[in-house]
Amino acid sequence: MTSVATIDTDLSTETLIALLTSMLRIRMFEERIVALYPEQEMKCPVHLCIGQEAIASGVCANLEVKDYVFSNHRGHGHAIAKGADFRPLMAEFYGKKTGCSAGKGGSMHIIDLPRGVFGTSAIVGGGIPMGVGAALASSLKRDGRVTIIFFGDGASEEGVFYESFNFAALKKLPVVFVCENNLYATNSPQTARHSTCRIADSAAVFGSHGACIDGNDAVSVYWSAKKAVEKARAGQGPSLIEALTYRWKGHVGPEADHEKGLRPKDELFEWIKRCPIEGFKKQLLDTGLLNEERIADITTSIKVEIDDAIEFAKMSQYPSPEDLLKNVYFTPDGGI
Amino acid sequence: MTTKQMGVFQRPANMVGAINATLAQEMDRDKDVVILGEDVGRDGGVFRVTEGLQKRFGPGRVMDTPLAELGIVGASVGMAIYGLRPVAEIQFMGFIYAAIEQIFSHASRMRSRSRGRFTCPLVIRTPYGIGIKAPELHSESAEALFCHMPGIKVVVPSSPYNAKGLLASAIRDDDPVIFLEPSRLYRAIKSDVPDEEYLLPLGKGEVYQEGKDLTIVAWGAMLHKAAEAADGFDAEIIDLQTLKPFDEELILSSVKKTGRLVVAHEATTLCGLGAEIAAFVSEAAFGYMKAPVMRVAGYEAVTPMARLEDDFNPGIERIKRAYELVMEY
Ligand SMILES: Cc1ncc(C[n+]2csc(CCOP(=O)(O)OP(=O)(O)O)c2C)c(N)n1
Ligand SMILES: [Mg+2]
Repeated sequence: MTSVATIDTDLSTETLIALLTSMLRIRMFEERIVALYPEQEMKCPVHLCIGQEAIASGVCANLEVKDYVFSNHRGHGHAIAKGADFRPLMAEFYGKKTGCSAGKGGSMHIIDLPRGVFGTSAIVGGGIPMGVGAALASSLKRDGRVTIIFFGDGASEEGVFYESFNFAALKKLPVVFVCENNLYATNSPQTARHSTCRIADSAAVFGSHGACIDGNDAVSVYWSAKKAVEKARAGQGPSLIEALTYRWKGHVGPEADHEKGLRPKDELFEWIKRCPIEGFKKQLLDTGLLNEERIADITTSIKVEIDDAIEFAKMSQYPSPEDLLKNVYFTPDGGI
Repeated sequence: MTTKQMGVFQRPANMVGAINATLAQEMDRDKDVVILGEDVGRDGGVFRVTEGLQKRFGPGRVMDTPLAELGIVGASVGMAIYGLRPVAEIQFMGFIYAAIEQIFSHASRMRSRSRGRFTCPLVIRTPYGIGIKAPELHSESAEALFCHMPGIKVVVPSSPYNAKGLLASAIRDDDPVIFLEPSRLYRAIKSDVPDEEYLLPLGKGEVYQEGKDLTIVAWGAMLHKAAEAADGFDAEIIDLQTLKPFDEELILSSVKKTGRLVVAHEATTLCGLGAEIAAFVSEAAFGYMKAPVMRVAGYEAVTPMARLEDDFNPGIERIKRAYELVMEY
């Protein structure tokens, strides 16, 4: 596997910059969570995707606003890459009423309906059949939408993954299964859980396209997803992309695993050398497509956006005990 | 006389330690006892309950599984009808929903389906309940679902001491048992736990505190809140321990004495186990009752994040109010 992204001259400068910006938005957003977490105001568990940004960004760069994304417990990056607004995300992490789940759900319950982010939950694999259902609806309605389902290597062990993939293949649904294989489910390495470590091969059983790619290379993710999204939109059925990557932080929370002796330090450092952002940025600079000034502009504007979201979150109200009883069923006030 | 009173060697332990020791004890005693689940082996489990057991008993008896709850439980059912005694761990009660098909459609019915030739000596352990500031699906109190299904036993310890005696009984029981471990109590309390083995029978509750005016029935973490709220009342508090089948006799003998009953639980009021206990008492002891049976229980809402936890879960004030209402009736 190559250690860094190779700049693809077939990609427009605009797309390359958009990829970098998207990855930086995710990285900076999550790094801010890491910085603020010790304040203990964010009383919700966070599953960070630092190190895995190229997958969300590379896939979502191929999507339109109307397309749908189903995601999982590690979903910040997916939502951000799909264009989710920072404010309701941050407010949710702070447990505020203005959060995307009214402060009742937390960071595993991300939702942004206008951007097609259809909600995430703690249940590993839970989003997979729902994504297939949304794609089935799209195909019935002929609305031209594509649905992306992000899930982990662990989720590929749940039976519902195979049930869902078969269903999607049978009905030739406009859906792309994106497996973010970060080689671990909580603290268990993939080799301890899989008889073969070839998730992408599953697609072949259902007569569908499967590819195993470098998930730290935004450009190869971009091209692989482009092909899959085009197939889906053209009515040629689902694809399965297995993108290899590594999570830098612990399964949950802002610390790194080696600090707790859960994974080898060397392994992390090897993967940090293959940072999806640093190598890509360097190449953009080397080829002259970007300069330091432009990058500074991008990061400054992201920082402003994050500052604003944090201020918004901190100023917002907590939900009241009465809010507990809201939105369990239909209420005439339309919910909060 | 319980082992506790016999004065065998005891040491203070928390519930994690007591359960861990019991698992080791049962594995030592019976080589057909095996443990399986996500991260239970190499890692020792989310709450460290199985820590060290794989080292001690080997990966053949303490098995890490793929991340697949239906597969874990289904394989456990198969092992159980083969004759092993699997103890499966589900990481949080919210994840057991993925495995319900094997529990409800198969484990619960093996005995009746096979005219008693197959039993299903299976234990599914899972942390449950609210109170550790975990989000939705990590704080479930869905015990009543399992109580509703014929063929399933449901057990909830409230202390390290009874966790040990009840778990040992559950493992030796020939029917499938859902063993619900109140996650809030895992490390919150210690009690003296004898090193010796002892069994606390399934289907039996225990009088936690004797009293004359009012019977309180609770279990798990709620027992401790219900007891705290009972300060100032002459209350008899029953720790139910086994929710299914529950100890009808103990409840009856107590309400016949007090004439008043409050059931406290975390789970939703509607169709919660409190409803069943109230119905039972009104059928069996109506003439003895001085007041209607009251339930103080959870709202019909999704378990919320940390900040609303104490509003969701019946707190001391709400519980006390229920006692007062019954006393003032
Ligand atoms: C049904 C279910 N089982 C178990 C869990 C506990 N759990 C949460 S995340 C996780 C590991 C998921 O691994 P993977 O799918 O590879 O995603 P990653 O965390 O690596 O991104 C586990 C076991 C859960 N949330 N839901
Ligand atoms: Mg993983």
